[in-house]
Amino acid sequence: MGRAPSPFATKIPYEEKDLKIIGSNPTARGDAVDKVTGRARYASDISLPGQLVGRVLRSPHARADILSIDTSDAEALPGVKAVVCRDDFPDMEVEHAASGELMVNFRDVTRNMMARENVLYDGHPVAAVAATSDAVAKQAMKLIKVNYKVLPHVIDVRDAMKPDAPILHEDQFTKGVDPKPDKPSNVAARMESKLGDIEKGFEDAEIIIEREFNTKPVHQGYIEPQASIANYTEGGIAEVWTGTQGHFVFRAQIAKLLKMDLSKVKVIPTELGGGFGGKNNVYLEPLAVVLSKKSNRPVKMVMDRDEVFRATGPTSGTNVKVKMGCTKDGSITAAQAELNYQSGAYAGSSLPLATITVFTRYDLENVSVVGHDVTTNRPKVAAYRAPGAPMVAFGVETVVDEMAEACGLDPIEFRLKNAAKEGTQTHFGPQLGPIGYIQTLERAKAHPHMQEKLGPNQGRGVASGFWFTLGAETSATVNIGEDGTATLIFGTVDVTGGSRSAFAMIVAEELGIPFEKVRTMSGDTSALGFNFMTAGSRGTAAGSMAAVTASRKAIARMCEIAARKWEVEPDQVVWEDGRARPAGANVGDFEPMTVAELAKEASWFGGTIAGHAEINVAQGGPGFGTHVVDVDVDRRTGAVKILRYTLIQDAGKAVYPEFIEGQFQGGAVQGIGTALNEEYIYNDKGVLENPGFLDYRVPVASDVPFINTEIVEVPNPDHPYGIRGVGEVPIIPPLPAIANAIHDAVGIRLRDHPMSPPKVLKALKEQMIVEAAAQGTAAE
Amino acid sequence: MAKKYVNTTINGDQHELLCDATQTLLDILRDELDMTGTKEGCGTGDCGACSVTMDGVLVCSCLVMGVEANGKSIETIEGMADGDDLHPLQQKFIDHIALQCGICTPGLLIASKALLSENPDPTEEEIRYWLAGNLCRCTGYHKVIEAVQDAAREMRGA
Amino acid sequence: MRYEVPETLDAAVGLLASESGVAKVFAGGTDVMVQLHLDLIEPDLIVDVKNIPEMREVVEEDGRWRFGAAVTGKELMDNSAFNAAWPGVMDGVRLIGSVQVRGRATVGGNLCNASPAADSVPPMIAADAIASVIGPNGRRDIPLADIVTGPGQTSLVEGEIVVSFKLPKRPANSGDAYLRFTPRTEMDIAVVGCGVNITLDDAGSCIAARVSLGAVAARPLLVEGAADALIGTKVNDDAMEALAGAASAACEPIDDKRGTIEYRTEVAGVLAQRAAAIALERAKS
Repeated sequence: MGRAPSPFATKIPYEEKDLKIIGSNPTARGDAVDKVTGRARYASDISLPGQLVGRVLRSPHARADILSIDTSDAEALPGVKAVVCRDDFPDMEVEHAASGELMVNFRDVTRNMMARENVLYDGHPVAAVAATSDAVAKQAMKLIKVNYKVLPHVIDVRDAMKPDAPILHEDQFTKGVDPKPDKPSNVAARMESKLGDIEKGFEDAEIIIEREFNTKPVHQGYIEPQASIANYTEGGIAEVWTGTQGHFVFRAQIAKLLKMDLSKVKVIPTELGGGFGGKNNVYLEPLAVVLSKKSNRPVKMVMDRDEVFRATGPTSGTNVKVKMGCTKDGSITAAQAELNYQSGAYAGSSLPLATITVFTRYDLENVSVVGHDVTTNRPKVAAYRAPGAPMVAFGVETVVDEMAEACGLDPIEFRLKNAAKEGTQTHFGPQLGPIGYIQTLERAKAHPHMQEKLGPNQGRGVASGFWFTLGAETSATVNIGEDGTATLIFGTVDVTGGSRSAFAMIVAEELGIPFEKVRTMSGDTSALGFNFMTAGSRGTAAGSMAAVTASRKAIARMCEIAARKWEVEPDQVVWEDGRARPAGANVGDFEPMTVAELAKEASWFGGTIAGHAEINVAQGGPGFGTHVVDVDVDRRTGAVKILRYTLIQDAGKAVYPEFIEGQFQGGAVQGIGTALNEEYIYNDKGVLENPGFLDYRVPVASDVPFINTEIVEVPNPDHPYGIRGVGEVPIIPPLPAIANAIHDAVGIRLRDHPMSPPKVLKALKEQMIVEAAAQGTAAE
Repeated sequence: MAKKYVNTTINGDQHELLCDATQTLLDILRDELDMTGTKEGCGTGDCGACSVTMDGVLVCSCLVMGVEANGKSIETIEGMADGDDLHPLQQKFIDHIALQCGICTPGLLIASKALLSENPDPTEEEIRYWLAGNLCRCTGYHKVIEAVQDAAREMRGA
Repeated sequence: MRYEVPETLDAAVGLLASESGVAKVFAGGTDVMVQLHLDLIEPDLIVDVKNIPEMREVVEEDGRWRFGAAVTGKELMDNSAFNAAWPGVMDGVRLIGSVQVRGRATVGGNLCNASPAADSVPPMIAADAIASVIGPNGRRDIPLADIVTGPGQTSLVEGEIVVSFKLPKRPANSGDAYLRFTPRTEMDIAVVGCGVNITLDDAGSCIAARVSLGAVAARPLLVEGAADALIGTKVNDDAMEALAGAASAACEPIDDKRGTIEYRTEVAGVLAQRAAAIALERAKS
């Protein structure tokens, strides 16, 4: 995001053909055996000879100026080999770059990685040490004297927007406001997006619903804490093993932050223990490199869980106002939203993405969206699976539910009446191509789930979600071995273990060889051209474009080998069913040659067979999903139990259907966690009160039911196999779907996230008071 | 800090080592014995990624002192397969796609094995409650539960 | 930090008495290990009491149960006779942490960690359990309800160890139950917990009752008013209303990350009713 689409970006038109491998469920997934035996190597599993333990000293304050840092006692402690703080890192100019789905500013990145003038959240790094043991490192941290001047802080987004709020950055003036404001503000930027005439839209409306929603930050909650090991040699070369969603972007950031040549930094991505957007940003890596440089030893750094919660990216906490109008027969005439998004300590939230996704499920004529990106004393936000979208969906999809109710329409019928389809003009620019949203609604309507009977205090809710598919820089190499087997080196990090199998299926399909004859492996930053991160659902969608391109180049090379052997022109050879064949009878009567046969001849006819791709994949292939959920509400405790859950989503083409189901189910359960119990809780000092899995309550196995899934397949026209991104849509609808189900069950509308038992019980009590008053009035 | 002598059996192999009281069993496994299949997700017993069995009892190795392993028999993920033959649970986890990123998988497998040794025919609810100490953020648990049910069926010979 | 594993009570008491620094008694370790990991404590001595035989026994003598403070939750769960005798105590034990945690955690540790929200403590208070304690001044018995005095605070004197718990002989027609409320189904800390222990006469009237609440005050509470609401009744709807009212009235909770004053007060009454209904059912069966 954040960059205009390139006219040179790669699109390969959809090719309708019979598929042998794509769409099946391979039994021998590339990563799985090592993961069930414990042999898969994650970053914290890597050790180097002579390594030191690195640890980060973090701010205990939400906001303070750093008056001084004295590391001398720590440095004098036996076993301490290096101590670094702000003085060890060059300051950065303002310079923006894409890091996953969000933009970063290097001036801020360096400050977030290691505080300079001030600390801006509980957990902000102020120093780091490398020592011979963890115990010594911890002891050393206690000896570092940081002199803070504690300042007033602000946590909540609405509070931060108030005129008298403590200002985090005296040099921050709201962008996007004309004329430029003369006072600094926590509002870093104002964004606006419009379609049609919003005033007229509301004039045409017979029903207008206007509501306000608040959400707390939630964390990605990956089970593997951030970990990195760096080795900076005396020759000025840095090698970094790390858990990342994008090693090339990390290399770029490490090089930039440490003023090194890109070519002198090598980043080796390890197996990744969950990311969900949270591993799009450098935290430990530059610190480990500098500690390694200073100590002349490899340095391994692993975050504790509380550091993960305190200092790595949660989502934005938000305040969202939605106003929508429709006619009595259920046609939406106007859609307006104000989105106030926390960015945390430094500017740059998921607001631009929220702006894109807010209403994009509906075919609308009149839209107005205004957004504010607001700095607060929390960790800098990071992407989290469809960043920004669940919060706006909470607002819009529950208002849509209210409108459907006001019109006397079933919520699915209401959505069908207004559904986006091919040709729908979005408020943010492009027209939608062929999409499967209506199909998801039709399939939801026909699903057996809809026939399940509901008991007292049980209810059913529906909601839909939209997410785009990021393209961006993608490189890959296909090497054909001398025995005719193929190895694909890919550079889009396989965040879940699915895409490396999907790539293998695609390469096998392209080359016409069995799935088992293709091995796929991740290449480090020295093995391939630049790859953007695995973000924006692009992993399989964009990575496969490079795999197809590289495979086809390898095929061209194989056709060339056959042509040379047959002494014909390369264009007289075609590739069919895994063999080079004469293009026609007039070419000659040559026996078709297999990959293995060609591989044997390759050396004589010019050299090894390989194909590679360095492309910039065009963005496209948006995905849509519809969820149906049944809940049971305990009226006396406010507990909400998920009884049944059904998810239907357009995958374009499901390369590996069972894996996609797994992604759907995982996303839905993360969404359920968001909806019911996950939240960041700060005390009045601005210190995070629940930085652990005990009180940051991600769902456990007994909290959720089986998640029914259905895959709709409307091919992406710009991909040879029709693939769309699938990873992010599933987390968007659960929050509003559950809110709608709670309303259906007990008649209350919840607009404060999370919908935890105390809030549900409070709303139920208020409802009783209102109903009692109404009955009293009726009795008079 | 005086180190204590520890003589422990891990996956059937005897190990002798010296450890200090600040080291957890998880630290011993990962840092002293290079058995990194057991994972650390939280260090406070809340995620189950470090699950092992100690004398047959399922525990979080982050909540056990290394010195406590003296005289005990520990089983970890590294001991689950029999040579090339995967344990039925390992195979069913693969077959059912009960793992994505895989960081929670060793703990889930150890916990599932402990369940089936106590209860060869658990209901869905029993599996869900037994595995509630093992967080998984990728799968939504659906395919994990299916894999355990299927492995239980196979192991019962049903 | 030294680690010692005494084999006798006397040895354990001696170790604790001779330590000039901070000493920690270590049983299941599920709280101590977390406190160590988070650097909340820095003890000089850890005294692991798991090798002391008396602290590991579960015995029944003439209908009176006694179990060691270092018996794990799992060991209790595997003892079917004890489960049948004190199902409410086991309701609480079964809710501690996860399967993994219960493989290590002990009722002694759950008590001595002195969290107001400990799940095994309210049902033990409701059961009228007695803790047998040993220390530098010898051995003494303390009613469970008198041990926890505040968050992390107990009435034990320095160097004292809880050795075992004694449960009284149960009259016929008795039943106990414990319920807690947590946002998650498992792996959670009680927002409110309630243990109820009742005895009925042959006609089904309640002749004895004890009600205990957790997580609604600085320490687990024995709520006599709530018990009085049941005694002399058939535990009918009116009694249940009075029970809820008394339970809620006894609450002195705080607002914290796990719950609000308003919520805890309200739900304490609800749980008291629900736990009483289960205890009643068990007393009748």
